[in-house]
Amino acid sequence: MNLKLQKIVPQLITVLVVVLVFGFFTYNAQINMENRGIDFGYGFLSQESSFDVQFSLIEYDGSHSYFRAYLVGLLNTILVSVIGIIFATILGVIVGVARLSPNYLINQFAAFYVEFFRNIPLLLQIFFWYFAALRALPLPQDADAMLGVFFLTIKGLYVPAFIWENLNVFLYSIIAAIIAIVVIRIHARKVQETQGKQLPVFWISAGLIFILPLLSFLIGGVSLSFEIPKLKQLATTSFIYEGGLSLPPELIALTLSLALYTATFIAECVRAGIQGVGKGQKEAAASIGLNPNQVLKLVVMPQALRIIIPPTTNQYLNLTKNSSLAAAIAYPDLVLVFAGTALMQTGKAIEIVSITMLTYLSLSISISILMNWYNKKIAIKEK
Amino acid sequence: MSKINFLKPDKENLNTFLYLGSFLFVISVIDVFLNSFFSLNITGFLPSSLSFLIPIILGFVGLYFIRIEHSGHKFLDQVNKNINTNNFNAVLSLLIIFIIIKATPPILSWFVVDASFAGDSKDVCSGTGACWTYIKVWFRRFMYGMYPNAEQWRINLSFIALALLGSVGYFATEKFKKYLTLYYVVIYPFIAFLFIFFFISGGPVFFDFSYGIIAAVVSIIIGFFIPGKFKFYYFIFVPITLYIALKYFIFYEELIELGKLDGLNWVETGAWGGLSLTFIISFFCLIFCFPIGMAFALGRRSDFPLIRYISIGFIEFWRGVPLITVLFMSAVMFPMFLPEDFFIDKLVRAIIAISLFEAAYVAEVIRGGLQALPRGQYEAAKSLGMGYWKMHIFVILPQALKLVIPGIANTFLALVKDTPLIFVVGLLEIVGMLNLAKTNPEWLGFAMEGYVFAAIIFWIICYAMSKYSYNLEQKYKTER
Repeated sequence: MNLKLQKIVPQLITVLVVVLVFGFFTYNAQINMENRGIDFGYGFLSQESSFDVQFSLIEYDGSHSYFRAYLVGLLNTILVSVIGIIFATILGVIVGVARLSPNYLINQFAAFYVEFFRNIPLLLQIFFWYFAALRALPLPQDADAMLGVFFLTIKGLYVPAFIWENLNVFLYSIIAAIIAIVVIRIHARKVQETQGKQLPVFWISAGLIFILPLLSFLIGGVSLSFEIPKLKQLATTSFIYEGGLSLPPELIALTLSLALYTATFIAECVRAGIQGVGKGQKEAAASIGLNPNQVLKLVVMPQALRIIIPPTTNQYLNLTKNSSLAAAIAYPDLVLVFAGTALMQTGKAIEIVSITMLTYLSLSISISILMNWYNKKIAIKEK
Repeated sequence: MSKINFLKPDKENLNTFLYLGSFLFVISVIDVFLNSFFSLNITGFLPSSLSFLIPIILGFVGLYFIRIEHSGHKFLDQVNKNINTNNFNAVLSLLIIFIIIKATPPILSWFVVDASFAGDSKDVCSGTGACWTYIKVWFRRFMYGMYPNAEQWRINLSFIALALLGSVGYFATEKFKKYLTLYYVVIYPFIAFLFIFFFISGGPVFFDFSYGIIAAVVSIIIGFFIPGKFKFYYFIFVPITLYIALKYFIFYEELIELGKLDGLNWVETGAWGGLSLTFIISFFCLIFCFPIGMAFALGRRSDFPLIRYISIGFIEFWRGVPLITVLFMSAVMFPMFLPEDFFIDKLVRAIIAISLFEAAYVAEVIRGGLQALPRGQYEAAKSLGMGYWKMHIFVILPQALKLVIPGIANTFLALVKDTPLIFVVGLLEIVGMLNLAKTNPEWLGFAMEGYVFAAIIFWIICYAMSKYSYNLEQKYKTER
């Protein structure tokens, strides 16, 4: 009896405290909102937003609803996160491998990079790139073309746009190629398990992914042309580029600093992962007659990935959350568009901040569920 | 003399290859060196693309010639092993050497040679280098924010005093060593708070928290005499009751003359800023987030399901949202949740928000340490008849915390690096001050200098912290 009481009382007290705190907050919120004449509700989401957003992936202007503004912000956040994650991973893996290089200069260079970028606050780096470094770029009329088609100017990066005809046929061909590759891999595995023969899966896959889209160009009527940005004079001293895709400097500064910063952490994860695979594993693999490529692919990488994936997932999550710093340089991400402009206009603090937080929460949770699933897939299967 | 095969360097003709290779390598380095330092182009007679590639080709051939294994020449072997193991590595090494040589002159000239240091107006900054005059003129603002110039000695004095008090641990004799934990966990933060509240802020002697402090101190003192059986319940109820009694029944605020320390002007927190604010915020968040994080780490591993779920909810919530939205919440949403006449200073709100946020990360780190301890430790402690608290305080936590020193240090580093985000609530620490100074019409165009300056300061702080944590880790490493 006494034991049971001992188990229940602390729990009851904790729950009571939590309930009291929440009750206190909601009670105050109700009184405050009554006093200020604000009513609680999410009806404003369908109202007309009447503000513009500079950079948007979907069609949007002031006549659209607040919900659409929310979507614009969310898509911009996802865009920055995805680009940042891709670049950070590439750079992180290169630097992580370089830190293990036997070449003294290379590993010192990599170590310097990691120590340097890791110890400076991300916000400072974003400010540096946006306010100092990118401001030193040439004006549109003075910009030199890189490779003839890219223009890096103070107003952003202009790249050629793709103009597709029959894009859907091209996409179908790629999907068909991927399905074919999956089927062939399954078949190759079966052949190897039953007959011990190895099919040249890599070459077949490479051929398929190359030839099928090529066929779609030749037979399927797909064509691709480029729209190269052209300089256009607005006034005597004001120039812009027309045509092509333009990436605003905010986006460039943000992805650059996010990628450079997060890459240092990913590099450390990669280094730890590769170091975590014992030397004996490689020697054992070599001694049963695997060639160096197979040693890497079948023995080292699966084990290293097992160590690398969980902390790297964390870094991906951090990058996604850090992308909210965009608000500081006026890149229209979720925080700026929704928790900034929309909140100013509607004054619905509780609703908007809670939606923003829930969005980030679900983004984080979905990435971590995805990564947990992958992690479980490659984890050691103990019998 | 035997025939020399230039495609296959060998040990036989060691000297020939060594001299030839070193000569080519040195030539390539000299070419790049002259090119970048004195803008002399000694290969100018060649077409420009070739002239660009020639040092790499020369250096590559040179390194190829001196790549002789087991040459018996000590220095040569060392070089070959470290930077010249194969063709690929040789090219990379060359590229890095050339990049360093190429990058040195512009960096040097920007930082030192062409930079302006003298004077106190923008006019001296006409050169191509950095304008350190800008930093010099704005230095006080970057360090102290809008804190009045005449009062800045208060910040300096407080920081010096706190640094001295903080270093007590190094000088403590064996006799006092056992009290150090108590000192650092309870007494030192309390002294720091008093310094900052009374000295830097010049706040009134009696304020809302005084009741809380009095209640806490009194109840802790009485708590020593309470039998262990009731301690838990005692500490849950008595301090709160005492606080309410003090605040609402015993002292009426009208009865107390709001006193201040003599001669100190009150400086509102909105005027604080610069690097000193970075330190103040990091310090308090660091102190608060640690016990909160520890509590939730224990809560997450608790046997009581309700406590466990509440802890999990707390931790996962804070870990899932970005700090900037938390600060947004503390700025626009939090005031809605409080009684209307209840005002919390925005600095305090920011500190609470950052502490709760970082506490979730600390909790996860500490949980990692708790999980890493073998079950035997728990069982051994229990078999000695220790209760939950005794077991954790004397057996589990000391070992677990030792294990997670690197993780905790990383969290604290993240905390320091997150402080610039307080611009969201309108507080300007050093990065915020930089952004303010950069928009000053008299000092336009020196953003670069400011950011480089702040980056150097943050880098030094963070690097020192990480090195210190590494030392701690080495010091407390115990053989297992």
